Amino acid sequence: MSVNRDQRVDLEVVANLIPPQSRVLDVGSGDGSLLELLQDTKQVDGRGLELSQRGVNECVARGLSVIQGDADKDLEFYPDKGFDFVVLSQTLQATRNPKLVLDELLRIGNRAIVSFPNFGHWRVRLSLFLNGRMPVTKDLPYSWYDTPNIHFCTIRDFVNLCDELGATVEKATALDAAGQKIGLSMPWWFWNFFGQQAVFLLKR
Amino acid sequence: MAVLRARKTNNEVDQPSSPVLRFGSDKPLKLDAGTLLSPFQIAYQTYGTLNDARSNAILVCHALTGDQHVASTNPVTGKPGWWEVLIGPGKIIDTNRFFVICSNVIGGCLGSTGPASTNPATGKPYGLDLPIITIRDMVRAQQMLIDHFGIEKLFCVLGGSMGGMQVLEWASSYPERVFSALPIATGARHSSQNIAFHEVGRQAVMADPDWHGGKYFEHGKRPEKGLAVARMAAHITYLSEAALHRKFGRNLQDREALTFGFDADFQIESYLRHQGMTFVDRFDANSYLYMTRSMDYFDLAADHGGRLADAFAGTKTRFCLVSFTSDWLFPTEESRSIVHALNAAGASVSFVEIETDRGHDAFLLDEPELFAAINGFIGSAARARGLSA
Repeated sequence: MSVNRDQRVDLEVVANLIPPQSRVLDVGSGDGSLLELLQDTKQVDGRGLELSQRGVNECVARGLSVIQGDADKDLEFYPDKGFDFVVLSQTLQATRNPKLVLDELLRIGNRAIVSFPNFGHWRVRLSLFLNGRMPVTKDLPYSWYDTPNIHFCTIRDFVNLCDELGATVEKATALDAAGQKIGLSMPWWFWNFFGQQAVFLLKR
Repeated sequence: MAVLRARKTNNEVDQPSSPVLRFGSDKPLKLDAGTLLSPFQIAYQTYGTLNDARSNAILVCHALTGDQHVASTNPVTGKPGWWEVLIGPGKIIDTNRFFVICSNVIGGCLGSTGPASTNPATGKPYGLDLPIITIRDMVRAQQMLIDHFGIEKLFCVLGGSMGGMQVLEWASSYPERVFSALPIATGARHSSQNIAFHEVGRQAVMADPDWHGGKYFEHGKRPEKGLAVARMAAHITYLSEAALHRKFGRNLQDREALTFGFDADFQIESYLRHQGMTFVDRFDANSYLYMTRSMDYFDLAADHGGRLADAFAGTKTRFCLVSFTSDWLFPTEESRSIVHALNAAGASVSFVEIETDRGHDAFLLDEPELFAAINGFIGSAARARGLSA
């Protein structure tokens, strides 16, 4: 819903974290790319929650199990641990209350997978540093006044929030601008500087 | 012509042209009113062929004034079936692939036992001696019909409005017999406003002197004026302000200027009068009272301790709900509350809201987005059920 679809290199990383036949809820399922990928390759029992009615109708027409709803408002209706995995890909920064949303993900899923654009990436830092204006990049093409991304965070910010919510980071991956994984042994500050996107596997 | 048609309706009551399943005193219908209905009969239509595994059956539930003639010419009106845009050979619900069943509900007037049927105890029409029929009673009867076909699990149950209520009742009462459920433009209960409109309709029927306390057949009359007014009022609720304005505006009917009288000066008046008049030709007034009452009594949450999610606890049924933006009879919020309950029950559920100005009646019309949603849902359910394309 908030970044270009052809830029969604994180989808495959997310999909690789999910074992076959899992029960998956994709929050912010967009056009259903991830659900379809998971259904085709992992035979998951997948459900979606998507804000845009057009996205929902397209998903349902493609045979996916998706409802229209708002991550900020509608997660409360799901039961505790109703899913093996709850995925929030490229949506956290567009929610009104990211902390509450993350808390809900950890309640609903045995595990939560969260991917988001890293606002600590060097390009973003450089853009703000040099231009003195809110960064507009290829992956984050909106101006400050019309962006749906109202709650950007950096990888380090996100790690802090996980600590605050008592979530354990079971796995984390940072992707560089080319969508390549950054070496596993690098420290957070390195990821925070060179990672353009991050994918976290969380448990509580 | 109207008289001829009226007589034809009556012929369809006890001896309909549809197939009929008759249940004798050994198989009474248990009613929510606390009594047994016996004997009773169900008139139905089927399309397509039941496969050897009996796994390709789709039950269509009709709305308030609908009938079993969902995909074939209606014997009373001579018009095409009421959902032929959706159901038939090569259509979205392809009768070359699926076995489609549609039955007239109990309380109806086209062959299933209803107030116009002959009461075997008196030899006269039941009239108001028929106990009040509920949505659950209708579904209980349908279940006996499904048993008759030897179908253990329906592939899909679908319907709009009152038909959608039956779908929800099916999924709640017989979850193990419903593989997928498609309730459209409906609610898990009838709202106060909807009960209010129904009461206006019933009072219009009862205020007609030809109604005779429900015994109009014995007086050789029918409360046509009252029923027509009831239909006119109800018809407004099936449309939307925007659609009415688009279709009729303030256009005058066959005249250049206002007549300063109470003729149908406006096209909308003429249209509604026509709707009322054609309706009385095909529908029984008492049956209208019973049908509206069944919807008023429907409250699925109340039947489950006030918690709607409990109506679907542990369900394995796949759901798809559909609402329409301009439907003010069953607004989107009604569907959304069902979706929330299904989420809470951990059910598999899809939900689409379709943008249209055609109001509640949109579910009966050619709505490409509705068809795309139904097609996608039925297709994926069929794959999950192992039905070949």
